[in-house]
Parts: sequence; C-alpha cells; structure tokens
Amino acid sequence: MLDTRSFPIGDPILEVNNISLSFGGVKAITDTSFKVLQHEIKAIIGPNGAGKSSLLNCINGIYKPQEGSIAFKGRKLEKITPKLIAEEGISRTFQNLALFKRMSVLDNILVGRKLHMHANFLSVAFQMPSARTEEQANLERCEEIVEFLEVQDIMHTPVGKLPYGLQKKVELGRALATEAQVLLLDEPMAGMNVEEKREMCRFILKVNDELGTTMVLIEHDMGVVMDISDNVVVLDYGKIIADGPPDEVRANQDVIDAYLGVAHD
Amino acid sequence: MKPKPMFMSFSRGDVTNFVMLMVIGLAVIPVLIQTDYWYSSILIPWLCLSLAAIGQQIVMGYAGQLALGAAGFMAAGAFALFNLELRVPWVPFPINLMFSGLIAAAFGIIFGLPSLRVRGIYLMVATLASQFFIIWMIDKFGWFKNYDTSGIITAQDIVIFGKEFTTPLEMYLVVLVVVAVLTILAVNMTRGSTGRNWMAVRDMDIAAESMGISLLKTKLQAFAISAFFCGVAGALFAFTYLKSMEPVAFDIKLSFRILFMVILGGLGTIKGAFIGAAFILLFPVALNTLGNELFHGAIDATIISSIELVVFGVLIIVFMIYEPLGMAKMWEGIKQKFKRKPEPSMARVSDSKA
Repeated sequence: MLDTRSFPIGDPILEVNNISLSFGGVKAITDTSFKVLQHEIKAIIGPNGAGKSSLLNCINGIYKPQEGSIAFKGRKLEKITPKLIAEEGISRTFQNLALFKRMSVLDNILVGRKLHMHANFLSVAFQMPSARTEEQANLERCEEIVEFLEVQDIMHTPVGKLPYGLQKKVELGRALATEAQVLLLDEPMAGMNVEEKREMCRFILKVNDELGTTMVLIEHDMGVVMDISDNVVVLDYGKIIADGPPDEVRANQDVIDAYLGVAHD
Repeated sequence: MKPKPMFMSFSRGDVTNFVMLMVIGLAVIPVLIQTDYWYSSILIPWLCLSLAAIGQQIVMGYAGQLALGAAGFMAAGAFALFNLELRVPWVPFPINLMFSGLIAAAFGIIFGLPSLRVRGIYLMVATLASQFFIIWMIDKFGWFKNYDTSGIITAQDIVIFGKEFTTPLEMYLVVLVVVAVLTILAVNMTRGSTGRNWMAVRDMDIAAESMGISLLKTKLQAFAISAFFCGVAGALFAFTYLKSMEPVAFDIKLSFRILFMVILGGLGTIKGAFIGAAFILLFPVALNTLGNELFHGAIDATIISSIELVVFGVLIIVFMIYEPLGMAKMWEGIKQKFKRKPEPSMARVSDSKA
C-alpha cells in the first residue's frame, strides 16, 4: 500500500518539542515531544484524561504551554494563536463539535474558505466584481466538498438541526475547505456507529491520498487506529509512552499496561 | 440549490420584491397618502428607526455581540450632522450625512473595544457607557450645540443640489432613498463573506478563530458598521422627524426600543428590523386609538401607556421562549402555507435556541 501512495511519507512537517502544560497544580502534559511526517496519518491514542486534546489545543494555540516549542516546516513558531496557526496552514476539528449552528452546511464550509477570501466589507457591500468572482469561485470549491462528502441534499439546512454523525462530517468539510497542509482531527469518529465510522475512515484516507494532507487524529477505536494510521503516538498521564508504527505500538508492553492496567503485586 | 442570480447576487425573487417595494414607496404611497400626519408621524420615524434597528441587528443579530446603546450612536450622528451643516454648509448634504455616519462609526469602534474582553450581559452593561458618555458629552460641551442657551438645537433645512426638501412628503422621499440604499448594502454584507464572518463569531468564536477569522477585526468591524447605520438613522431622525432636539431625545429608552424592535422582529434578519420597528412604532398608536374608540376617554392616557409597556414585556418573553426568530420567522411561516411546494427557505437562520 505504501508504495502506491501518490504522496509518499516525507520529512517531518510538524515538530512538537518538550511541551509542558499545567492548569494550576494539575499537570496535563509533561515534557512531550514528537514529530509528524509530511503526508502521514498520525494517530494520538491514550486513556481518558491522558492529555490528547490538550496536546492538540497547544498545537492550535488555544492553550499556551508553559514550556516547549512547536516547529512547522522546519521553522520554530514564535507566536501561536488559533488565527496564526490557521494562516500557517494547520486546520482542525473539535472534540465536542464547534460548528456554526445557526448557519447552513454550505455557509459553515464557506467559512472554512476564509483565508482564501480577501474582499473587504466595502467591496462586499457594493458587490464589486472582484468580490463577486471571489464569492463564486469559493462557492464552487465548497460545492465540490459538499459533493465529496455526499451531503448535497442537506447543504442549505442549518447544521444545528442535523444529527451528530452528519455534523461531524460537516466539521471535516469545513476543515477540508481551508486546504490546510495539516489537519488536526479531535475524535472525528466519536459517537458514530460502525457504518458511519467506516465512511469517515474512507473520507480521511481519500483526502490523504488525493490531496496529500497530513493528518493528526485522536481516536479511541483501536480497530480504526490500526487500520488507517501510519504511525501512532500513545499518551498516558501527559507523557508519551510509545511512538511508532501500529504493529510495533500494539506489541509495546507499556501500552498494554496503560490500557489493561498492571497487576500490583 | 441556490436560486440562480439574476442581477449581481440577487435572485429573481429578490429583484421583483425590491422593485415592487420601491414602486410602492416612491410612486403609490405619494399618490395615495395626502395627509402630512402619515409622513411625519408614521412613515418617516418608521424608516429612520428601521435603519437604526438594522444597525442593532448587525451587531447583535449577526455578530452576536449584546450591545445596548444604539441611541447614543444615533445622537452622535444627529449632532454630527447638525455641526457639519453648521460649519461646512458648502459640503453637499448627502456627503455630510455620510460623514455623520462615519463619526458615529468611530464612536462605535471605541465603545466596541470591551467586546474583546467581555461577552453577554456584561458586554451589554459595558456598552451602556456609549449611551451615557455620548449624551453627557453633547450636554456638557456647548460647542456641540453651537452654544445655544436653551440647549435645544434646530435642524437645518435639507438642501440637495439646490433643491430644498421641506415638506413631509419630500423629506419622506429623502429618507426612503437613503434607507433603501443602506438596506441593500446591509443585505449584501450579511449575505456575503462579511456577514458569514460575523455569524461565525456569533455562533462559535473559537472555531471562527481557528478558521483564520480575526475576532478583534470582525467584532470591531461589526460595531463600526452598526454605529454607522445608527448614526445615519439618528441624523435622519433628527433632521426629518424631530427637527428641533436636545440630547435627551436619544436617551436609554430609545436604545431599549430599538433593542425590542430587533428581538420582536427577529434576530439575524434584515427584514426583522423593519417588521420590529413597525410593530414597536404602530402598536402604541393602535392601542391609543383603540382605547379612545372603545372607551371614549374613560381610560386615562397614562394607563394606556402603562398597558403598552406591559404588553411589550409579555411579548418579549413569549417571543424569547416560543419564537426566538421573531416576527420575520412567523411571516416566513405564513408565506410557506400559501405556497404549493414547501421550500427549505430561511435556511441561513432557523433554529436558534442556542
């Protein structure tokens, strides 16, 4: 499979170096480092409360780690805010869905095109030709994404009215619309049934294959993780206990202990 | 699928609606209505307050920032226009009108700054500062009122390209044209990327930021544009409706009325601003007439005006609970019933329990 990839796995694109994050006295992440390679699908797994979402929030700039740094495309990022990270080319989805509930599916995805739209409010208000062509071009891109995700029939429905699985799909669509090089997916398949999960996996693999998008995803379903990821990072109590290809990680004694518990004798 | 645009980004339905409304406004009404009362007491204030309600709608209904102080920005616009007409009378009226909106917009940016730190009810309290500060400033410094000893200023006559607009009908036409133009601009913004950014910030600010939207820029932009609309509305309100005024004319009660217009009309629709303004404006008139007709003055006028407040209060509670999208949504619902094929319209804003 690896040989047939149109975007073979390359050099590190995202490097997390010695990140430590604590909330008051609670240490969420302790001195954590790992690398994400270009075009790979990297899974972050670990028991509840291991610090997986906190890690994504650090990369994305929602949390400010007390220590450590993040490098993107070989360059250390000096200032990290959600907006600057988006401009760098890293997009994300959220664990508990962060959609624009009162806006339609299409409008949600269109917001994802923000960084590709530069018309100011005056040219929008006066419907200048530049604003109109820009809107049209981005609308067409979004309609492609709508088609890709097979949600044409609900594209004008407010997302707040959609069932959970569909909302997750829309959120993926919004992240895709950014055309980011790296997507951070926080539990993209949580709360889905087997059928929906399979579909979501298909989308993730297809995006990775066709666009070469690097993916970092948090997932609990081991079957899914082992199937689709190239590399797996295992977090436990804010520390990395394993990092490597799925088969290797599965055989790792520390990982087995973390998941199944250790006999205290 | 989206209806195909017929002219710019407007569908055939939009264009026919607009042309129809403009024909009614510019031709049918001037022919049908001959009494000045209708122009100077109903149509002019309705259009002016609708414009202010659009301003409130932009910042609250679209950008989701609970701001209360529309009347303060209206005062800024009104006194700005008075001073511009007084000090630079050679500048054409439309340009002075635009500048008075821009001056209000500058205040909007300043008083929008708290929105970067606080939200919800706290922001509402913080934005009250605009209301009190602007009125206080105009009261305190005589310069704004040209040192008039009575503290009451008289609006200058509206002269556009040498033509005076002094009769109620003429002033109505001026107001109508300004409101129509600004409404189109507001609709364009809310349907375009500008409005999407506002709504994204309203619905989920952290996700909006993660998509590359600057919260600072988007919020302040909404405040500025909102204040611009309120400023122009205030200037028109002063020059065509009040005619002579003191700063107190733009007190907090007016701010609240504009807030109610937006809530009852429907948050997040431009149409709602017009419907809400009509209701808030016409309801007391209707109640008064009804009171007089039914009871022939047996009920005291003060009781009627108290009833008015009670009814508004109850209505706001009822709308908040049962129809958060207000009368605009009800109107859509009625329209749907008369259509043969149900369409998923109002897709942009439905469901808003959040």
